[in-house]
Amino acid sequence: MAKYLKLAALLLFLCSTFIVTVDTPVFSADQAPSAAAPAAPAAPAAAAAAAPKIDKGDNAWMLTSAALVLMMTIPGLFLFYGGLVRGKNALGTIMQSFIIVALISIQWVLWGYSLAFGPDHGGIIGGLDWLGLSGVGADPNPDYAATIPHQTFMAYQMMFAIITPALITGAIAERAKFGTFVLFMLLWATFIYDPLAHWVWGKGGWMGTNGGMGALDFAGGTVVHISSGISALVACCMFGKRIGFPQEPMMPHNLPFSVIGASLLWVGWFGFNAGSALAADGLATSAFVVTNTATAAAALSWMMMDWITRGKPTVLGAASGAVAGLVAITPASGFVGPMPAIIIGLVAGVLCSSACNLKTKLGYDDSLDVVGVHGVGGTWGAIATGLFASKLINPAGNDGLFFGNPHQLLVQVIAVLATWIFAALGTVIILSILKAMMGLRVTEEEELMGLDLSQHNERGYSM
Amino acid sequence: MKKIEAIIKPFKLDEVKQKLTSIGISGMTITEVKGFGRQKGHTELYRGAEYSVDFLPKVKIEILAPAELAAKIVETIRDSAQTGKIGDGKIFVTDVEEVIRIRTNERGEDAIR
Repeated sequence: MAKYLKLAALLLFLCSTFIVTVDTPVFSADQAPSAAAPAAPAAPAAAAAAAPKIDKGDNAWMLTSAALVLMMTIPGLFLFYGGLVRGKNALGTIMQSFIIVALISIQWVLWGYSLAFGPDHGGIIGGLDWLGLSGVGADPNPDYAATIPHQTFMAYQMMFAIITPALITGAIAERAKFGTFVLFMLLWATFIYDPLAHWVWGKGGWMGTNGGMGALDFAGGTVVHISSGISALVACCMFGKRIGFPQEPMMPHNLPFSVIGASLLWVGWFGFNAGSALAADGLATSAFVVTNTATAAAALSWMMMDWITRGKPTVLGAASGAVAGLVAITPASGFVGPMPAIIIGLVAGVLCSSACNLKTKLGYDDSLDVVGVHGVGGTWGAIATGLFASKLINPAGNDGLFFGNPHQLLVQVIAVLATWIFAALGTVIILSILKAMMGLRVTEEEELMGLDLSQHNERGYSM
Repeated sequence: MKKIEAIIKPFKLDEVKQKLTSIGISGMTITEVKGFGRQKGHTELYRGAEYSVDFLPKVKIEILAPAELAAKIVETIRDSAQTGKIGDGKIFVTDVEEVIRIRTNERGEDAIR
């Protein structure tokens, strides 16, 4: 293992010197389009000066992006997760992602959006002014996006609020009691996701660039991936291991499902990352390109890890690598160029596959590797943003360590640590209450029977 | 009356069936089965977790035949199912007390003709 780490470090070093020299001319050419787009979301001051006017192209792209991000959860994530569980839990696993879409859609409209993006209270949380979307209508809100209806921004953010708790379900797969699970998701979204989203993206939130300390998180590395990854670690420890783990083989029942799911995630992620430009501009294109580049690099590097250390290039490895790459590039996608994207991807594949290998040695049952992929990948992405970010890509962002601004790395590390601590503590509290109130797990008999029959009185497969 | 049961490699099924029909066998039952003998299983790898799979898929053929045909059938299956590699399978021959055709209530050899 030390050999690979050394290799990765060497690569990182070589490329970092390479990027600083190579990237500059490439992106000075791209300056024109992004400078020509006064509606760049992270420049609210400039946008506020002009009277907000809806841009039809931006709105069309943002509605499309919102739908793409929804597609990541249903069916992307439920296929990815659904294929990895045993056949007797297929429906139960699919249902968890599916019902979160319904649940959080309502939560977000009623109070979630207001808590996350409503008028700021002390940099910590949004107010209750926008409960039930009161005052959130067709007029743009220049604090967030000056060229699209406020409701488009709200709907786009809703899809992020949906997928984040859905990611956690992979860690507690095959054993959660359905009623407990529903409450857990509702409380988690309200008390962890909504404040975190406010910290990073809310107007006045203490962590982000919209009036905060300036942590860069373009599309949700801290808010979405670190928060879900760390909460997943806490949750899988508190739920306990599945019966028979790790002695009994628990093989994925339908890997083609999982590969279809990973592919839908890859496609949907363009809405997630490129859409986070909040406009159909040059920055969106740049985010699109680096997203695809990092994903490809991570799919290759995870596959190579399997090939070198285990003798065979596995399909699940390649698919998991793609997801790890998507996770890692997420916070950086609006701030880095294509060469750093390759490094971010390559390192993500190596780090995340090593983390998944460690799981059985450490003895926690993170059934579908949410910690290894989202926790580790998200943390790497947030730190990598502090290394590779460049104002040449996004003038509204900042420079990272390799572009002469070591302070940005410190800011990123603080953001990561704060997110870890907040998500972990919050999850411990929520799950402790739920455990005392109603219990977390299904009974032993129900677990052996499978969630499909025991929780839903249905079977995924009748053959 | 004899019952011939043969456990063979799945990909050999078509060849075995053709050879058996060509010597005049007019009926058989097959089942997909799993098992192991000297041929060990294989390992499967999912995100770094290695599982050893002991039971390998095989096909079981069952044929009922008059006693005098049994040797010929065994020979045909043996020749057509053989690859020479470990895991080719086994053939069992047992006595059968009675056979009844459900539609007509015919008994013994009449029931399998």
